[in-house]
Amino acid sequence: MFSRLITPTTALILSLALLATAALPSLAQEGSEHLVVYSGRSEGLIGPLLEQFTAETGVTVDVRYGATAEMAATILEEGGNSPADVFIAQDAGALGALAAAGRLLPLSSDILERVPEAYRSAQNLWVGLSGRARVLAYNTTLVDEATLPASILDLTNDVWAGRVGWAPTNGSFQAHVTALRILLGDDATRDWLAAMQANGTVAYDNNRAVLQAVIDGEIAAGLINHYYLYPFLDTNPDLPVRLYYFPEGDAGSLVNVAGAGIVNTTRHPGLSQRLILYLLGRSAQRYFATATYEYPLVDGVDPDPRLTPLNLIAASAIDLSDLADLQTTLDMLAETGVLP
Amino acid sequence: MHYTDAIRQQARRLHQHSTAQHRLRAADVRPLHIFAVVVVSLSLLPLGYLFLRATQAGADSIAFLLSGRVLGVLANSLKLTAAVALSATTLGLLVAWLTTRTDIPLRRLWLISSPLPLAIPSFIGAIAYIALLGPRGIIQQVLSPLGVQELPSIYGFPGAWLVITLFTYPYVLLPARAALLRLDPAQEETARSLGHSRWSVFWRVTLPQLRPAIGTGMLFVALYTLSDFGAVALLRYNAFTRAIFQQYTSSFDRTRAAVLALVLVALALALVSLERRVASSASNYRAGGSSTLRQFPLVRLGWWRFPALTFMAALIGLGLIAPLAVLVSWATQAVHSSASPLYSALAQPAANTAAISAVTAVLVSLAGLPLALLARQQRSPLGGWLVRLAYLGNSLPGLVIALALVFFAATYLPALYQTFALLILGYAIRFLPLSIGATQSALAQVNPCYEEAGRSLGLPGWQVNIRITLPLVRPGILGGAALVFLNVAKELPATLLLAPTGFKTLTTQIWSAHNEAQMSQIGVPALLLIATSALALSLILARDRGAEAG
Repeated sequence: MFSRLITPTTALILSLALLATAALPSLAQEGSEHLVVYSGRSEGLIGPLLEQFTAETGVTVDVRYGATAEMAATILEEGGNSPADVFIAQDAGALGALAAAGRLLPLSSDILERVPEAYRSAQNLWVGLSGRARVLAYNTTLVDEATLPASILDLTNDVWAGRVGWAPTNGSFQAHVTALRILLGDDATRDWLAAMQANGTVAYDNNRAVLQAVIDGEIAAGLINHYYLYPFLDTNPDLPVRLYYFPEGDAGSLVNVAGAGIVNTTRHPGLSQRLILYLLGRSAQRYFATATYEYPLVDGVDPDPRLTPLNLIAASAIDLSDLADLQTTLDMLAETGVLP
Repeated sequence: MHYTDAIRQQARRLHQHSTAQHRLRAADVRPLHIFAVVVVSLSLLPLGYLFLRATQAGADSIAFLLSGRVLGVLANSLKLTAAVALSATTLGLLVAWLTTRTDIPLRRLWLISSPLPLAIPSFIGAIAYIALLGPRGIIQQVLSPLGVQELPSIYGFPGAWLVITLFTYPYVLLPARAALLRLDPAQEETARSLGHSRWSVFWRVTLPQLRPAIGTGMLFVALYTLSDFGAVALLRYNAFTRAIFQQYTSSFDRTRAAVLALVLVALALALVSLERRVASSASNYRAGGSSTLRQFPLVRLGWWRFPALTFMAALIGLGLIAPLAVLVSWATQAVHSSASPLYSALAQPAANTAAISAVTAVLVSLAGLPLALLARQQRSPLGGWLVRLAYLGNSLPGLVIALALVFFAATYLPALYQTFALLILGYAIRFLPLSIGATQSALAQVNPCYEEAGRSLGLPGWQVNIRITLPLVRPGILGGAALVFLNVAKELPATLLLAPTGFKTLTTQIWSAHNEAQMSQIGVPALLLIATSALALSLILARDRGAEAG
């Protein structure tokens, strides 16, 4: 009877399916030492480092990649069920939000003392792994250095109408707007956003697209993170683009960090500390300096020589944990029409 | 010819007669009911939770719901849905007419190639079109020596409209073509002989007969547009799916994503009930069996054949050749740049896609079978309700199902959270109706005499099902499984949200390669997916043709 039911085709499909079921769970291997990382940094940037960690320590790492805010929201949504051990974020705000919700464990002192105070949580709940400066990239054929604005607030002037780009959906941009709210107050920030919008500031999908548009001369200048420029310079050192750091005391100048914290529901606090220590080790920090062109945060590892040294940037003095109030920023961006 | 036709009609009459008399006894179906209740409640529970999650915030949710932003998104979605439905219907109808009724040169070529854009998932089409028409895209680079500095932006409404139309018009073309082939030339000839012009015959005789087929296709396109995530997200048109995904990924608070998702569910359900109404009226229109039909004489296009040829060439060029050319050029780039470890990077995602699609296809077919058996039993109101509920899944956008499952499992099913079980459940909710539908139509062809015979020989009900019914409907089940396989392989948003940590498929690879602007990495996986789709599509089209002929 069953021979009619199971013909060669059916048999083939069934055996394929069986084979597949056998293959699938091999992913969820329960190795002796195993970490789950939620990463707001993309695989291209952090993947090689984590593989290196596995190669050196034998600890397998499963990484869930996504946007930084998405990963933070996922951990919040998961509550006590979160499988995440370590959270790696593109900006300090998301770490601040998890810290404020009581979702991060205090870090050990050997981790904390490696990183300057300005770039870690005052409550010892997260550390920066690498620094990223907000800058104005400008096209040197379109902008005379002498005419660069003294303040980010001046980008609303007529001379900049339709000539500036930004990336409103980008987490680093949103964190910068949150910083502006802290430094200038909500009303002034809302006015600035509305004025920028009215001035024809051009929205792009991400920092890279803003920079490309500056290089192409589509726009004269754009607000980006500093490190996007260097891969472009590596392929063509003569590009007519420079980075401008807003001067001391201006809200345009901000050094944010990509950082990490340990989720409070982890079952592997020791291994998690070990991973973060590894990311603050010399080889990982050198990786950030040479592969992603960010600022290493640990003593004794130098940034790319083309970068303006961190101590020469007159960054606004704010507690990076305070960047946690993303929702108000998002509402403000929507209200002013910057976000659709 | 006439002789065999007569036999076939006689057989059909007998068959209908016995179907009407056929009744399963209640005792046969009780285990089926229990199984079906489990399957259906598994699919609906998460949606219930989505409702809870959205209403938890109470006043905040209502304020957000009534804010200009939600209304704006609603307007965007409705505008795009209506526009695509109209343009896809116009295109589909025109192509159906040109390829069945006219002497357009190269008719066979157009006949075969015109449904093929269906094989290109819309998000892949969108990526190709951004490369073609985007800022600094291929077309702009070609035109820039001619002084064209800027093309009209592909982003927003125009791009989403163009791309979704190009890859969905076959949903109207296929039923319209089938309906055109089924019409009786006598009616049109009569109208002509009564003095109507050709144009007036089309409007007053042909079109009304096509209306049910077109209506169903059009509503399907509308539902597709409403649920489509990839194209609107990539082309940055702020329709519901994009807005939901943005709330989901860029905010720490997900209540708003849940609120938006609920509104989208309501819209989708409204569309589906409209579709049901059209589909049920469709049966009244079905003219006599294909067996009695003569061929229509072909309309001579004369000088019109030049614009007609241009139109068809442009359509195939835009819907098939252009996107494929972009993907092939990326693929060759990737193959030639020895730096990227292409094969090692793709082997795992390709194997994952094949594995997860195959497993899901088998499980969904197994789960769908009892529901299809229940649906056949007309005197079971519970069964009818269960099947109707199961059909809901297919009208829900993949993004919404995934969102509901994430919410639900993160809180109540931690053991299933981020596992293959949950991913497969998400696919199953969405694609179960495909399997049920295919099995149902196969069941409809089964002559109950065989089953009656089995029963009269003393076989218990479940054995009748397994030993007699199942072997008879096996081709239908396999067809349904192929459909499920194809759709799982192409699925993007549910895979993005539900995949276990570290599990990569071809679709998620394409998505992340696009996000990281590594275009050359998109070519090969995209072509692999399209090849799979094309294979499944050709199987399905061949089966339809077979069904039509036999």
